[in-house]
Amino acid sequence: MNTAVTHPANKGDLIVKAIVLVIAAALLFAPFLFQDVRSVEVAARICIFVVLVASYDLLIGYTGIVSFAHTMFFGFGAYGVAILLKQMGPGWGPVVLGTLAGVTVSIIVATLIGLLSLRVKAIFFAMITLAAASVVLVLASQLSGFTGGEDGITYRVPDLFKPATKLMVDEDGKVLRILGVKMNGKLAAYYFVFLTCFILFLFLLRVVASPLGTVLEAIRENEGRAEGIGYRVVAYRTFVFCLAATMASIAGSVYAVWLKYTGPDTALSFAIMIDILLMVVIGGMGTMWGAVIGATLMVLAQYYLRDLMAVASEATSAIPLLPDLLAPDRWLFWLGIIFILLVYFFPAGLAGTIMKKESH
Amino acid sequence: MSLLSLKQMKTDIGQYHVLHDVTLELPEGGVFVLLGRNGAGKTTTLRSIMGLWQPSPGSVTFRGQDIAGMHTSDIARLGIAYVPENMGIFGGLTVEENLVLATKAGKFDQTRLNRIYELFPAMEKFWTKQAWSLSGGQKQMLAVSRAIIEPRDLILIDEPTKGLAPSIIHAMGEAFREISVDTTILLVEQNFNFAKSLGRDMAVIDDGRVVHAGTMTDFIANQELQDSLLGLSA
Repeated sequence: MNTAVTHPANKGDLIVKAIVLVIAAALLFAPFLFQDVRSVEVAARICIFVVLVASYDLLIGYTGIVSFAHTMFFGFGAYGVAILLKQMGPGWGPVVLGTLAGVTVSIIVATLIGLLSLRVKAIFFAMITLAAASVVLVLASQLSGFTGGEDGITYRVPDLFKPATKLMVDEDGKVLRILGVKMNGKLAAYYFVFLTCFILFLFLLRVVASPLGTVLEAIRENEGRAEGIGYRVVAYRTFVFCLAATMASIAGSVYAVWLKYTGPDTALSFAIMIDILLMVVIGGMGTMWGAVIGATLMVLAQYYLRDLMAVASEATSAIPLLPDLLAPDRWLFWLGIIFILLVYFFPAGLAGTIMKKESH
Repeated sequence: MSLLSLKQMKTDIGQYHVLHDVTLELPEGGVFVLLGRNGAGKTTTLRSIMGLWQPSPGSVTFRGQDIAGMHTSDIARLGIAYVPENMGIFGGLTVEENLVLATKAGKFDQTRLNRIYELFPAMEKFWTKQAWSLSGGQKQMLAVSRAIIEPRDLILIDEPTKGLAPSIIHAMGEAFREISVDTTILLVEQNFNFAKSLGRDMAVIDDGRVVHAGTMTDFIANQELQDSLLGLSA
């Protein structure tokens, strides 16, 4: 007899989870598998964006809330840590306090926006979040004495994350190498990013698998019906908005520690918001696994599509027209083509379409 | 004291005055049937009780408490469940998830769950199926099951037999009869044969007003009244 919530795994679920497992393993061992600075940079960016995209999917995919303020909350976290590290100097205190400050500001702003505007129609709410994000972006540029303005802020991070820090030493007192990788502060910084993002992602997975996740899906499907069985929709939507803002803010704080620089371009720009939207669509809305796939593909494309096109252009040099079409400078054009094809062939995103297709 | 009392309830939808004077006393227990022609205001009456349309202040009391103007979710938490005409289920969720949503603590009371399985065996059979994949009758069973998964004082049910096969209508009638032993049902129904087999008390609504209220036995006995109020013929 049935007594508990159970979901039989289908082939599509297994395929998607296998892909995510491969990505997670690649990220876990990234410093050992890809031993160049750029690759580790890409891996760290993927980790950060997985959390950003997953938390945004909690809003748009699970609850049906369209917000353009997700980077604003990301920025609050990043600037919180950046400003305190700059003011107080390197140490764990500024990192913790900066993260808490970012989260606090995010929750206050999200609560205000949520309570004041989550009752209105979705399009108005989206416009309000867009306006709020624009104001914060302008403020970050204008308040240069506090935020560093357009130039942003550079700062030093805790000693543990300095490249010169030796985590392990060999007999000669030099930094130990394992499988050719230096056991130094840079490695510690990467695993700080990986582990924090991993924990945040697991937390988000737990949220959507909990009864709260079911309520959110019900609200997305029909607010009136959810109200009719006793759920105060505005309260739930505001809570989820705050939760997603908190996740984005912590991701921003972690990114600030990783980059050692925070500016409008890295923490608040609308380009980041568009990237998040594209990643959600590519991965698939309403599935946390899609966030991992979408973020990975998009970040890889942003970093390596140019290289790939340079190789392709050279390989096709004997053929007329093709080398010009495949010129590395046209990478954004090809990224657009790839995106259109993905949307056409995978209308519910990669994870969403695979899961649906294989379940029928 | 009545379980639910409507006193000169008025409801406007936009610029239209849909309910002008709905006055009803719903006793506790049994099935109370609300009859009337299409567009008479039956569904609006149910939606006004649930707060989905805002009725005039002070016109709806439930167990002596004024609930007009209260938020829908608060009304639902008082112990009133609503099964709308379109069933109101969540198609993207499974049968189980639809039911767990209506539980108070996200956990099932096994006794109530067993009762649902007895009333509607299809619920157990299609437990992990997404609700959109169910047939019309099964969706209606799910909607009713969701209303009784927790103890309720009152269930508002809007035209549950619409478009259903006779065998499903029969099963639904049996289920309502059993549910009404410990839960009051306010049933809106166009199918008079179904309604008269269940109703203890009844009212007829026309043009946003209650034009007749009494016992179902008396109404069945008065063919002339049926003809004039419902346009029925023998």
